[in-house]
Amino acid sequence: MESNINFALALPEILLLVLGLAILIIDVLSRHPERKTTFMLTLASLAALTVVSLVQWHDGVQGRTFDGLYVTDPLAHLLKIASYIAVGATLVYGRLYAQVRNMLRGGELYVLTLFALLGQMVMISSGSLLSIYLGLELMSLALYALIALRRDDAVATEAAMKYFVLGALASGFLLYGMSMVYGATGHLDLQQVAQVVQSGNTQQMALVFGVVFLVAGLAFKLGAAPFHMWVPDVYQGSPTAVTLILGAAPKLAAFAITLRLLVDGLHGLAADWQPMLMILAVLSLAIGNLTAIVQSNFKRMLAYSTISHTGFVLLGLLSGVVEGKPGAASMAYGSALFYMLTYVLTTLASFGIIMLLSRQGFECEHIDDLKGLNRRSPWRAAIVLLLMFSLAGIPPLVGFYAKLAVLQALVEAGHVTLAVVAVLFSLVGAFYYLRVVKVVYFDEPVAETEPVSTPCCQRGVLSINGALILILGVLPGGLMALCVQAIQSSLGQ
Amino acid sequence: MMASEMASNNFPWLTLAIFVPIVFGLLVLALGRDDRPGLTRGLSLIGALAGFVVTIPLYTGFDNTTAAMQFVEKASWIEAFNVNYHLGIDGISMWFVLLTAFITIIVVLAGWEVITSRVSQYMAAFLILSGLMVGVFAALDGLLFYTFFEATLIPMYIIVGVWGGPNRVYAAFKFFLYTLMGSLLTLVAFIYLWNVSGGSFDILTWQQTKLGYTPQLLIFIALLAAFAVKVPMWPVHTWLPDAHVEAPTGGSVVLAAIMLKLGAYGFLRFSLPIAPDASHSLAGLMITLSLIAVIYIGLVAIVQDDMKKLVAYSSVAHMGFVTLGFFIFNTAGVEGAIVQMISHGFVSGAMFLCIGVLYDRMHSRRIADYGGVINVMPRFVTFFVLFSMANSGLPATSGFVGEFMVIMGAVEHNFWIGLLAATALILGASYSLWMVKRVAFGDIANDHVRELADLNRREFFILGVMAIAVLYMGIYPKPFTDVMHVSVEALLQHVAVSKL
Repeated sequence: MESNINFALALPEILLLVLGLAILIIDVLSRHPERKTTFMLTLASLAALTVVSLVQWHDGVQGRTFDGLYVTDPLAHLLKIASYIAVGATLVYGRLYAQVRNMLRGGELYVLTLFALLGQMVMISSGSLLSIYLGLELMSLALYALIALRRDDAVATEAAMKYFVLGALASGFLLYGMSMVYGATGHLDLQQVAQVVQSGNTQQMALVFGVVFLVAGLAFKLGAAPFHMWVPDVYQGSPTAVTLILGAAPKLAAFAITLRLLVDGLHGLAADWQPMLMILAVLSLAIGNLTAIVQSNFKRMLAYSTISHTGFVLLGLLSGVVEGKPGAASMAYGSALFYMLTYVLTTLASFGIIMLLSRQGFECEHIDDLKGLNRRSPWRAAIVLLLMFSLAGIPPLVGFYAKLAVLQALVEAGHVTLAVVAVLFSLVGAFYYLRVVKVVYFDEPVAETEPVSTPCCQRGVLSINGALILILGVLPGGLMALCVQAIQSSLGQ
Repeated sequence: MMASEMASNNFPWLTLAIFVPIVFGLLVLALGRDDRPGLTRGLSLIGALAGFVVTIPLYTGFDNTTAAMQFVEKASWIEAFNVNYHLGIDGISMWFVLLTAFITIIVVLAGWEVITSRVSQYMAAFLILSGLMVGVFAALDGLLFYTFFEATLIPMYIIVGVWGGPNRVYAAFKFFLYTLMGSLLTLVAFIYLWNVSGGSFDILTWQQTKLGYTPQLLIFIALLAAFAVKVPMWPVHTWLPDAHVEAPTGGSVVLAAIMLKLGAYGFLRFSLPIAPDASHSLAGLMITLSLIAVIYIGLVAIVQDDMKKLVAYSSVAHMGFVTLGFFIFNTAGVEGAIVQMISHGFVSGAMFLCIGVLYDRMHSRRIADYGGVINVMPRFVTFFVLFSMANSGLPATSGFVGEFMVIMGAVEHNFWIGLLAATALILGASYSLWMVKRVAFGDIANDHVRELADLNRREFFILGVMAIAVLYMGIYPKPFTDVMHVSVEALLQHVAVSKL
């Protein structure tokens, strides 16, 4: 263990903090009603961060610093870069949407998003219970404020309230679990926790209780059933731009802390948390898919679909620890990582298209608002088609390969029954995705819903996003190998 | 082996056969404009023709003397799971590649001036579908096969749902979900096979992998879920009449001519060689289901009052012959079944085209709305009678060859099964000819019929080409059986050896 302090390892976070503060000050001086400068600077910061992380990754920068509080490894680089891209795309999609809804009177949207991103990066790179919690709170506080950004909107305020109360509860769970783990092992550093757990010199009872609370807290943050109640309300109630801010990149961070806590820190207790994840996964698949069927609100439907996809990610996570198959771990966690990344990619485009079709005074949030989209705009209809079939898991779209990877990990781990259950629920899921395609393609357009012309950069990003879903589906090998490699070199198993 | 290597030169004909139509489909989508349908149609026809032309070398360069895969292409696709882009054809799959490309030309022509809304999307859907279906027949990697197999659902769902009849939404959903249910179980079976074969998706490796009886049984059932739905076998055939009735003419033609064959092909490529012991022990069940399809569905077809539904049920009955042929495990049976698959592609396709011709004029598929069509459309009725004869298995048409071979094989296997199967000829004659009698002959039924115009040049050409194919195959089936003979023998030898 290195006790020395190496600032270079945390360069992206330091850079983001400086840039975020600078943008905050510049924004105060800016009088532009649309906050163009702030927007451009934010995107430039994200681009700079991407370059920094790419260079670090390329140079093989890896290690622990600040007394083990902070870890930099390929997994962190990969997840961070994905988060930058997700946040960047979110802001591009949301720009016009936020503008016509008076959300840009101050530049808070951008600055808060950057601080939420900082919190996510700390979570992704956390090496100890303390930094996990710090990152989580930094992210959550920024997100609470973001949801409430439309102060005069009752629904959004309600969503913010719900998210705050339930989020605080989840944080409490997590913290309680952490305290028990700390009490049982005497360490905050995950590596040391792992060593103590392995040695068996612990109070098993307290430790297992701790795990229960940790898993519950993580399930809250990931949005897995039965801790999913906030997801539909918050997704629906938040302004769509904010829905995307909290529905895309934070998932990656939540995934990262799940991996770091359960796999890195509490690997020795896998026999305890595996069955918990199993229950969470099956419940998420069931509740997510079955409830999504009856939704008429597109955002709410996507929220339930998120829950079901979380179930799949959990299935990938739980098939890593197999007796006598050490090689299974990197494949299983790699599959879960691949699932998460591609799911975020799909989510970005799904909410992106909602924002693209909304305009002043009109939220395109009911599934019926998409009626006859093919007549109005074949290109957007095609993107919706790709998205929905990808979410349903139909090849050759990327969602299929994500499901395949997880199923493969499951069968490899001997959970054939779980694989069959997962498959049957994706059949249920296919129904409501198909319904969206039906509305878009088969139904006649409702009159006077001509979409407004949108800035070309927004359309361009959406087109790239949609095309990626197909391209990554036809050629999934590269990203999949990348995920497995990142896991392999980060978990050191 | 040497000869085959010489014959299957290194030029990637199969890749072209898959991707030429797909690329043209995307081009049509990108360039086609609904206010200038002429350009779209022209481009689509060029695409379909080009797609057919690149399959011709597969026939001319094919080596009949070997059961090995030919025109093999292999490249790594998803390294993490050892998935390869592995293509190749043998005597079983070769004709289906050609048939698919051929039917695509017919479909493009059949939709020529009939489809007036969103022409480019219509044509593109069929071109992309064509490439995907060729991919199913050419894939030698399990995951590649699955990818193509499932991907065909997307264009077909759109075709039925957008250009279909009044109940199209219901039919499209039913079609999609029914098929998806079956194939998802197959996916689990594939992953299981990947696991037990030591991390390989190679179909040829799977065929050699030793398997215990219970795994074989489970795999067989999981595969059956996908293929039985697709064929379709009784009792999971109920999606087919809905899909056929609601689909536009082109959609019905592709469904009947090619898509049903994907399932039957799956039995030959997967079920039989991978799980031979389970296949043998479940043969009784399969034969029973096939005979139910042949007899019961044949009876159901007789009482239909909707022409498309009648032909749809007759398809189920004919596909019953195909599965019957597979599971009696002799050369005549299997070869007859494959011949029947090809023949059914021509005959049922042609039947749907004929009904399409009538529907375009009268906008009704009800038999009762017609009568005495021969008086106003003599040229049409000539074709209609010919194809109906073929549908009922009249000698000298392609329909006869396959059914006769399967019945021969069945008698060889067990006289009573052969006898029951032979009733299909009577039932086929009943429903086909009775429909022709009510639609075409007799006095002119009403004023709408009186105003019907006979075939135009385009329709005459399409039906003429189909008629040539039906007659050629009926009179001289040797080119078809020669190609498949060695491969079928090899398959039967493989299936005869236990894997336990």
